Amino acid sequence: MLKLDEIQMRLLREVADLHTVPEGAYNIRSNSESAGRQSTANIEITPKTDVSGLEVRIKPGTKNESVHIPVVMTKSGLKELVYNDFFIGENADVVIVAGCGIDNCGNQDSEHDGIHRFYVGKNAKVKYVEKHYGSGTGTGKRILNPGTEVYQEEGSSVEMEMVQIKGVDDTSRTTTAELGAGAKLVVRERLMTHGSQKALSTYVVKLNGADSSADIVSRSVARDDSFQTFDAKIVGNAACHGHTECDSIIMDRGRILAVPGLEANDVDAALVHEAAIGKIAGDQIIKLMTLGLTEAEAEEQIINGFLQ
Amino acid sequence: MLELKHLSFEVPGEEEAKEIIRDVSLVVPDDKLVVVTGPNGGGKSTLAKLIAGIEKPTAGQIFLGGEDITEKSVTERAKLGIGFAFQQPVRFKGIRVIDLLRIAAGKKLSVSDACGYLSAVGMCARDYIKREVNASLSGGELKRIEIATVLARNPLVSVFDEPEAGIDLWSFQNLIEVFEKLRESISGSSILIISHQERILNIADEIVVLKNGTIDKQGPRDEILPSLIGTSAAVEECRRLMPAAKGAENHA
Ligand SMILES: Nc1ncnc2c1ncn2[C@@H]1O[C@H](COP(=O)(O)OP(=O)(O)OP(=O)(O)O)[C@@H](O)[C@H]1O
Ligand SMILES: [Mg+2]
Repeated sequence: MLKLDEIQMRLLREVADLHTVPEGAYNIRSNSESAGRQSTANIEITPKTDVSGLEVRIKPGTKNESVHIPVVMTKSGLKELVYNDFFIGENADVVIVAGCGIDNCGNQDSEHDGIHRFYVGKNAKVKYVEKHYGSGTGTGKRILNPGTEVYQEEGSSVEMEMVQIKGVDDTSRTTTAELGAGAKLVVRERLMTHGSQKALSTYVVKLNGADSSADIVSRSVARDDSFQTFDAKIVGNAACHGHTECDSIIMDRGRILAVPGLEANDVDAALVHEAAIGKIAGDQIIKLMTLGLTEAEAEEQIINGFLQ
Repeated sequence: MLELKHLSFEVPGEEEAKEIIRDVSLVVPDDKLVVVTGPNGGGKSTLAKLIAGIEKPTAGQIFLGGEDITEKSVTERAKLGIGFAFQQPVRFKGIRVIDLLRIAAGKKLSVSDACGYLSAVGMCARDYIKREVNASLSGGELKRIEIATVLARNPLVSVFDEPEAGIDLWSFQNLIEVFEKLRESISGSSILIISHQERILNIADEIVVLKNGTIDKQGPRDEILPSLIGTSAAVEECRRLMPAAKGAENHA
């Protein structure tokens, strides 16, 4: 059974929607140790021997199974670097839920740097969900630096949902992907920063195979004195479709830098970038006020909806 | 009952202040439906915004049920019972139709209750309830949802700014019924509709003609309506202003 305290359970709920031990394969990492691990007939989770981290092997054809690998940290001053590799067999169809919650009540920085590599076999389908959450009243920072590398073989499809809504002070996210023929990548990123937080999100997606496609959409809100950078680059090396979108709301003294990057190396590459940054539209607030909300409540509803 | 007393609204102009509403006095009695009409740019939407508190009058007062609400905010007026459907409804990313209706109702509205409001405005609720109120909705759909949010508030005074705009002819009768029902269902409530549509003018108890920011004509429907559609000059003006009405004639 799991040996987790109240705070650790709360973090687990925030990042993985877990109220109890998950079904299917899982590994729960708590303060740099495994607090529980389970493999299934089709999904094998083994710890790495050379560095910290896991190897997750999913057999070809595995359908409707899930892997949960949440991380929780509650000790102040902990700093870890973890490598998790996922080998997803041909024609598999799985859901992978990662995520990291840090509760830092101390005065030392807590940092989790997770490098996730996905080797996605032919025609396999992966839905990947990664949530970040920070809490705790200490002066020590909560720092998360996720690195995601995706290698997609022919006809595979990967859908990633990345969410960071609260409490992470400093984050630098780097996502790279290489897509083979007919492969498809969809990324939905939702981000909210407040206080003096900083968030950097960098994407480099290479569309190498014919008819590959990528759709990367970031919705973000920067409040208080926070600062975000969205730097998305798509490289079209074949007949392909690429789309990046940064849709952001700034409030208070928040700042956002959106850096579009499109590189077409094939005449049949069709690449689009869209970016819109601005404060909440005044008529949206007024409309909700005519429905009885105060200005602050109206803002809250608009942002909640926007980040849904 | 809503009462406007000597209401004026001016905005700073290049040389001198521009008066958009000039000394307008008007009563919208309980259980009555008042329709405000008049040429484009006459000040109708501005008047509606003054009532909802979106704009502040530069002179005059507004009373709701005898209480002076001139200094009250948009939120306070909404809570006191003023409902307002915009001429140009606002779109929201991520907020679904049901969310908006729940905000409007101010309580945890069940899906079937929410569907009731959509059906009332002629929408097949099932198809829309989970849709986002974003750019994917058509103009007419958005307009109906706007009306539904006001219905969900059960206001003492409902103000609809050109509710018919963008609503197809087939649903028009349905819309008229919505207003008639609204008037009957809330006793002591009153409705103010801004409209260019003869069929809406036809269900008015009273008609107000607003022109150049002032009341040009005001009185019971039977008195005002003939003067609006009777004269050839007025017909011409109405034709120009009411492409939808022209369409209605053609179909009749
Ligand atoms: N804030 C403002 N500043 C300057 N001019 C304004 C302002 N608000 C409204 N106006 C002007 O006041 C006049 C009345 O506008 P309003 O929108 O109230 O007209 P309306 O009667 O609703 O017209 P329509 O039938 O076209 O909807 C217009 O000439 C408009 O341009
Ligand atoms: Mg108008």
